[in-house]
Amino acid sequence: MSAVPVIVRYVLQEALRRRVFAVVLLLTVIFLVLFWLANHYVFAEIRTLTVPTGVPVDARTFAAAFLTGLALFATMFLGVVLSIFLTLGAVRGDAERGLLQPLVVRPVGRSTFLIARFLGALAVTVPYVVCVYLIGVVITGLTGHWWPDEIVTPAVEIAGAVALVTAISLLGSVFLSSTANGIAVFMLFGAGLVAGLLGTIGHAIGSTAIKHASTVAAYLTPFEALYQDALREITASTSGVTGFLLQLGPFGGAYVHGWTVRLWAVAFLIGVGVVALAAFDRRDL
Amino acid sequence: MAAALAVHALTKRYGPVEALGGVDLDVGEGELVGLLGPNGAGKSTLVKIACGLVHATTGSADVCGARAGSLEARRQIGYLAELFRFPGWASADEVLLLHQRLAGSTGGERERTDLLELVALVDARSRRVEEMSKGMQQRLGIAQALVGSPRLLLLDEPTSALDPVGRRTVRTLLEELRERGVSVLLNSHLLSEVELVCDRVVILLAGKVATAGGPGELVRARGIELETDRGTRVVDGTRDDVPRIVEEALASGERIYGVRVLTSTLEDVYLEAVGGEIS
Repeated sequence: MSAVPVIVRYVLQEALRRRVFAVVLLLTVIFLVLFWLANHYVFAEIRTLTVPTGVPVDARTFAAAFLTGLALFATMFLGVVLSIFLTLGAVRGDAERGLLQPLVVRPVGRSTFLIARFLGALAVTVPYVVCVYLIGVVITGLTGHWWPDEIVTPAVEIAGAVALVTAISLLGSVFLSSTANGIAVFMLFGAGLVAGLLGTIGHAIGSTAIKHASTVAAYLTPFEALYQDALREITASTSGVTGFLLQLGPFGGAYVHGWTVRLWAVAFLIGVGVVALAAFDRRDL
Repeated sequence: MAAALAVHALTKRYGPVEALGGVDLDVGEGELVGLLGPNGAGKSTLVKIACGLVHATTGSADVCGARAGSLEARRQIGYLAELFRFPGWASADEVLLLHQRLAGSTGGERERTDLLELVALVDARSRRVEEMSKGMQQRLGIAQALVGSPRLLLLDEPTSALDPVGRRTVRTLLEELRERGVSVLLNSHLLSEVELVCDRVVILLAGKVATAGGPGELVRARGIELETDRGTRVVDGTRDDVPRIVEEALASGERIYGVRVLTSTLEDVYLEAVGGEIS
């Protein structure tokens, strides 16, 4: 496993030299500026807003939780985009371009190589999503004077969601060419998000069938389940009408949550990893 | 001592296509073996099995006594793929450094400098791969294959992108490696090149060994060319028959200007071997 740091370093070097970091940094700064502007105008509006007597809604909590949920979603989306682009051609794509063969004939196990590619991608994406999410929280906190009920757990969960997508992308890269894999993983990610929205609608209208379908979909796409759980953690202690309104979503509710989905996500990650390693080991290059 | 490469009854199927149909091949210590054959004969598949990129269907391939593809076997090999690419953002020096780290080589900067000198790239050590010509990248590929002083070098078309000077450099390099005791399996379409440097030649045809032997053993006598005042003619015979043929010509009053022993070239042997396939 001594080759792991060498390959991780290679992945980081590649991201740096190909100006991936520069592009991501620039786009993230733009996103954060726009997010700050949104916070600024929303809370300026709320200061002038008068909630009718008898309506037990905390407008500031509602708006802040909604904005933090938006930050969580955007951060995860950006992290997923980054992770997919870092890994979509890791095996078949690089093999087709002739980049992989000189590396894997070295005395490095194929499993070591794939694990290192995974860790290399995580070394970029995990710090990225955690930092951007925390900056989002700080922007909302300083602008709206509201802080999430849980700060660390949602950060860990979206990092986990990105790690899951990274693993799926690496698994896909064993079988599919770069373009096909990129499309497949993006579509899977999109399907997860749609399932999440469907679940929110199901809960809002009280449809058992929709709730059941979206729960199954959430377990099939556990990155979505982790994201849902992270959203729930932001307003874990918010109750009453404000809590109910947040549950209506799209950036507050969670129909699957808790340790069950977290443990399932870990098991799913291990399962995807085992399949990817076995498939890569058997693959002719 | 185990052969650098020992291949026995090796088969490989890609679905319904049989790429190798029971190949036996040995590359001895310090031996330079040329692998010839038309496109699709199974040459690259054989080389890829030897370096662990492709799994054999049946049969065995061992590198220095270790199963091909195992970590132990991969520690002994250097490989240059037919179609390879290095990351365009990396410099020549960085490419070699990466491969040194992966190969566990302790040669450091000295080794990198030596290898770059060997392939005449020392002045381009800081140049990015994307700024190099195809020939320079090919030479860098050869240097990369030599990282860690491998005992067996597997070269798949190493001179395909090189100009005549580059080819000469590679030929000299191969001869030098043989003197150092490095074994080489050279897969090439350039028959003249193989004929010049290889100790032994193996011709693959449709996944099977069609012909094998030393270049001198494979070529055959094609007669004696006699140039006299009566014209030029080819007389049946071998090198041993030259004195007799000359005596007879002189006895018949001919003036002799030249005598040449004609032998078939490796190209003739190759075309003869693959002739059925071509037709």
